[in-house]
Amino acid sequence: MTATLRAEGVTKSFGGVQALADCSLTAPAGRITGLIGPNGSGKTTLFNVMTGYERSDAGQVLLDDRQITSAPPRRVYALGIGRTFQLTRIFPRLTVLENMLVPGRQGRTGREQRAHAMELLAFTGIAGHAGALAGTLSYGQRKLLELSYVLVSDPAVVLLDEPAGGVNPSLIEHIADRIRELNQGGRTFLIVEHNMDFVMGLCHQLTVLDSGTVVASGPPEEVRKDPRVLDAYLGTGPGDD
Amino acid sequence: MTASTVPAAGRGAGLLTRGAGLLALTAAIAVFPLVFTNPTVTSFGVITLIFVAVAAAWNIFSGFSGYLSLGHAVFYGTGAYFLCVAAQDWNLTGAAIFWLLPLAGVAAAVIAVPLGLIALRVRRHTFVVITIAFFFIAQLSASNLSVTGGSSGLLVPAPNWASATYNNPFYYVAMIIAALTVALSWLVRRSRFGLQLRAISDDEDRAAGLGVRAMPVKLTALVLSAFITGMAGALWVYFIGEAFPQFVFDPLFDLAIVLMAFFGGLGTLAGPVLGALVLEPTQLYLTQQTSGYESEILFGALFLVVILFLPRGVLPTGAEYLVAGRERLRRRRDQGSAPGASGGASGGAADGASGGAPGGAGGGAAARPAAGGAS
Amino acid sequence: MAQEIGQAIAAGILGGGVYALMAAGLTLVFGVLDIINVAQGILVVLGAYLSYALSVHLHIDLLVGLLITVPAMFVLGVLIYWLFIRPLRGAERTSMTLLACFAVALIIEGVLYREFGSGYVYLNAWYTTSSVHIFDFYLADIYLIGFGLAVVAIGALYLILYRTTFGRAVRATMQNQAAARLIGIDVNRVSALTFGIATAVTAIGGMVYGAISGGFTPNSGYDLISRLLAIVILAGMGSIGGALAAAVFMTTAEALVDIWQPDWSVAVFYLAMVIILTVRPTGLFGRRAARAQ
Repeated sequence: MTATLRAEGVTKSFGGVQALADCSLTAPAGRITGLIGPNGSGKTTLFNVMTGYERSDAGQVLLDDRQITSAPPRRVYALGIGRTFQLTRIFPRLTVLENMLVPGRQGRTGREQRAHAMELLAFTGIAGHAGALAGTLSYGQRKLLELSYVLVSDPAVVLLDEPAGGVNPSLIEHIADRIRELNQGGRTFLIVEHNMDFVMGLCHQLTVLDSGTVVASGPPEEVRKDPRVLDAYLGTGPGDD
Repeated sequence: MTASTVPAAGRGAGLLTRGAGLLALTAAIAVFPLVFTNPTVTSFGVITLIFVAVAAAWNIFSGFSGYLSLGHAVFYGTGAYFLCVAAQDWNLTGAAIFWLLPLAGVAAAVIAVPLGLIALRVRRHTFVVITIAFFFIAQLSASNLSVTGGSSGLLVPAPNWASATYNNPFYYVAMIIAALTVALSWLVRRSRFGLQLRAISDDEDRAAGLGVRAMPVKLTALVLSAFITGMAGALWVYFIGEAFPQFVFDPLFDLAIVLMAFFGGLGTLAGPVLGALVLEPTQLYLTQQTSGYESEILFGALFLVVILFLPRGVLPTGAEYLVAGRERLRRRRDQGSAPGASGGASGGAADGASGGAPGGAGGGAAARPAAGGAS
Repeated sequence: MAQEIGQAIAAGILGGGVYALMAAGLTLVFGVLDIINVAQGILVVLGAYLSYALSVHLHIDLLVGLLITVPAMFVLGVLIYWLFIRPLRGAERTSMTLLACFAVALIIEGVLYREFGSGYVYLNAWYTTSSVHIFDFYLADIYLIGFGLAVVAIGALYLILYRTTFGRAVRATMQNQAAARLIGIDVNRVSALTFGIATAVTAIGGMVYGAISGGFTPNSGYDLISRLLAIVILAGMGSIGGALAAAVFMTTAEALVDIWQPDWSVAVFYLAMVIILTVRPTGLFGRRAARAQ
């Protein structure tokens, strides 16, 4: 199961701050796309718009050919798009397994649901904590939990907001491997990240965002050499911050 | 249910002790009026059991969802007034009036729907305040409407039962309602519905983003809670014999049930029950012994103490001490091998409060035995 | 009829000012501390009783007495915050503080019962019963004074908030506690002082309330807090100006309804709130749409 997720001409401002300006981005089916850019460039805002947590002022969001611009988060999820959050959002007072049971049944019986959940937990590596309260997990484990429960509904598209942020290096490698595996099954990935090594080694293509607009897009090796990208990060050009 | 790290034998033993304890408690409650025949004592018993039901019912909604309602007196009062009016209109007396109880519950449940639809659309903060406002609207309406007898209230015909055992029918009906409520909360907690409620309590937006339909779930919990509270109110008014707006809609009522639930442990199963069993007789006794204002001051002070020092309630805090104590013993015994998971028995879910920071709630690897099991 | 209506509107506007004064403390505390102080009703009553005690036992005029009650209640406010609210932490903080406020309210009510009994008491001064005759309207002096005090107090609040360094710290804390801490603002101190100021203003509100109420008891706190909450909900939490508008709206509506249906006029307060909330859950002027809690 796979799909292409696209944003076209998305514009969004908060009061006087222009967060996104005519932003267009494509996460092609079955590929891993990275979304990078300096802090404040609008990456999370774009995510929020694409998954229904924010409403854009202009532009559209399309899943394959279908308009999902005004779909609320629940609908977005039901359509097969899962996302994680930069500051992990898990349910701290539920156990790890219960966290996995919160998303709907997807036509499985209770027992099947639990078995599937345990499978996913084993896949990401935290099955041993299934009975622990999610609030007792370490930061890295929470990221894995978020990844796990997003996968419960078997989404065609997965958006990850800083999956490697604040995580120790061995775990980062582990996460990258898992993403590669999932991608091999055809899942589309769109990943926001600051960790350049992570992104370069994992993504098929990169899109660079700066001050709300896309300044470069293409395979990692090209993008990393693009002078506009260097500008964006080092702020040597006029009007950069 | 959970891939727990507790060995099966330990879990079984834990369930057994808990089951036995529960059975013993139920038996004790059942024979109570036969042993303590003093009418004052049994009337304390009736009221206490009514509050057990109400506290547990409140917990089904507020404890699980995290939306604190300070307006449950509305449902209590609706049930109470319904019973008065129905008993009068349908000319019922004696034991027949007990059949009105479920109907009174339905009346309260019906009221809960529009109230919930309005109140549940706002964030938790505002929600509490709205419930307070609803409370005052209800009190006002009861004082002014003729159907509720205005400020002179309504009467319920008292049954002519033998005065020695007069309280007993009320006692046993209350006991049945209380038992049903506890059973209901147990069912809710281990159901998918309960899971969704608790997810909403932790992070409503995230839950919604994962497909949980927040409004229907919250509303259903509220309706269930209202149903029982309405029944309890009806039973109470029948027991007392009269309904006056200021007593039926009493702000202290709401505060009392919140205190009971907090005291015992918010969101747990046994918490509200324990809270009611301890606090209600205490309050009844105090109101008898001291003048009105002293009990108010004491109540308020007790509340502050619980909030400041036992925010997770007596049960969970007690459970934590038990768990920590057992851990220490085990560690000392095993001398160096890694501490295993705690045995099954320790009280209710070590839930509640600060879930935020990693490594928060409860000591160590809080491996929970049979998630959702009775406690 | 026109005269009656006009009279009702005039009374409503003036009354609204008084209610806004009583609600100011509530709004301020919510805006800065994110706390719904349900003890506000009984604090108003406490202010009234303090003025009463000074007036009856020490023969101090009500207005002069404010010089004592205002600082006294300021101290009380700081104490309440420091002892019962500041220690509360954790994910359940907002609900807990609300319950703590409820508990404090109970204690204060009990103490008032103990000291003053449950009978009605009255605040009296030469200006509590006289009125001014303008055109065809009778405007009670005490309402005018109350309105005047409301304007002064709310004006003073605005001055403090917008013209002093302290006020800036308060506003910073209001907007972003974490950031305020980072730039060196002692959030605890700011919070305690804000709570104190809110309670101090309530002393004034209490005195005016006592004077216009035609008798009060410790039990009066319930009726008050319910009205104040309705005003604040209707206005949307956090907006003092909004609270003024909402208060005026509600008191005027109540006064108008009172002409025809005195029994139900009080219901207007709540019905207005319910209706507005079904349409706009954040209130008329609400800023805080969703504070994740």
